[in-house]
Amino acid sequence: MTPKLRLWLFAIAAAGLVACYLWAFGGLPGFGNYPGPYGPEILKRAIPETNATGVVSAINFDYRGFDTIGEEFILFAAAAGMSVVLRRLRGEREQQQDRSPADEVMNRNVPPTSSPLRVATLVLVGPTALLGWWLATHAQTNPSGGFQGGVILASALMLVYLSGESIAFRRFSPVDLLDAAEAMGAGGFAAVGLAAIVQGLPFLDNYLPLGSSPGTVTSSGTIALISFLVGIEVAAAFILIVGELLEQTLLRQVRREGKS
Amino acid sequence: MTSPAVMATLQVVVLVLVAAGAVLVVRTRERVRLVIALSVYGMLLAILFFVFQAPDVTLSELAVGAIALPLILLLAIAKVRKPE
Repeated sequence: MTPKLRLWLFAIAAAGLVACYLWAFGGLPGFGNYPGPYGPEILKRAIPETNATGVVSAINFDYRGFDTIGEEFILFAAAAGMSVVLRRLRGEREQQQDRSPADEVMNRNVPPTSSPLRVATLVLVGPTALLGWWLATHAQTNPSGGFQGGVILASALMLVYLSGESIAFRRFSPVDLLDAAEAMGAGGFAAVGLAAIVQGLPFLDNYLPLGSSPGTVTSSGTIALISFLVGIEVAAAFILIVGELLEQTLLRQVRREGKS
Repeated sequence: MTSPAVMATLQVVVLVLVAAGAVLVVRTRERVRLVIALSVYGMLLAILFFVFQAPDVTLSELAVGAIALPLILLLAIAKVRKPE
């Protein structure tokens, strides 16, 4: 095929694509107009039925809780998979010196963490952890939820690492505790769902007391509980994934800090 | 409350910025720079969702697109890079 022919083929295909695209574009509903029945219906029902003013969370963790549990286990499987591939046994790592990536070379020259970076990151650790915790525990009342809260909670620990405090990073995130927390978060979500079946209700049915009034932290039954469990799972999974990737670097820095 | 005209202008500006950000990500060739560009793009997307009144999605995009994904990509790049 000559370049000229190829260009012609592309031109024809591109013209066709543009034509079809514009045609489809003309059939779209107007900007901001939602023609489906589901949206108005859920807006009408969600708050009276669940007492959760965070309607998006009510959909995520109650009406569509079944989808969310699938997503939850995708993350769980990803973190478990990374641990299986990357977690090395002691003794295994020393034999691979010549093939080790750049960040694992023992005598690599690492520039020291500058004082402004250290101060800025350490000052941010507390507020970041608080924000993550707040987001994970307020899904029922505000636009937030366990996924966002979990990642932000985990990034508080990333800040500890960024500030050059490798020993503190490992002390705050012992691998055994993370493994257990991740399993507990994911398993807890499934257990909340299964507990409904035991009571003769549909899987993930909202069977906990909904609280007296919508918009309070204690309202919404299983929605708040599941969001919190998701927060624990996501935070643990994310710290685990980053921890596995950092393990060699951490080990070397901890060893060096221990010496000096 | 801001007027609808101001909101519409803001929406158009952010949409254009997101389009420009996407081009920037595709045009960046060097890996570490690419990750930083991707992080900025995630930030722009988060602003886009916020301007279109979807605060839940904003938080997710901020946490995943601007923090988690770039961080994991940077660490993965450090893992596969060979010493000079």
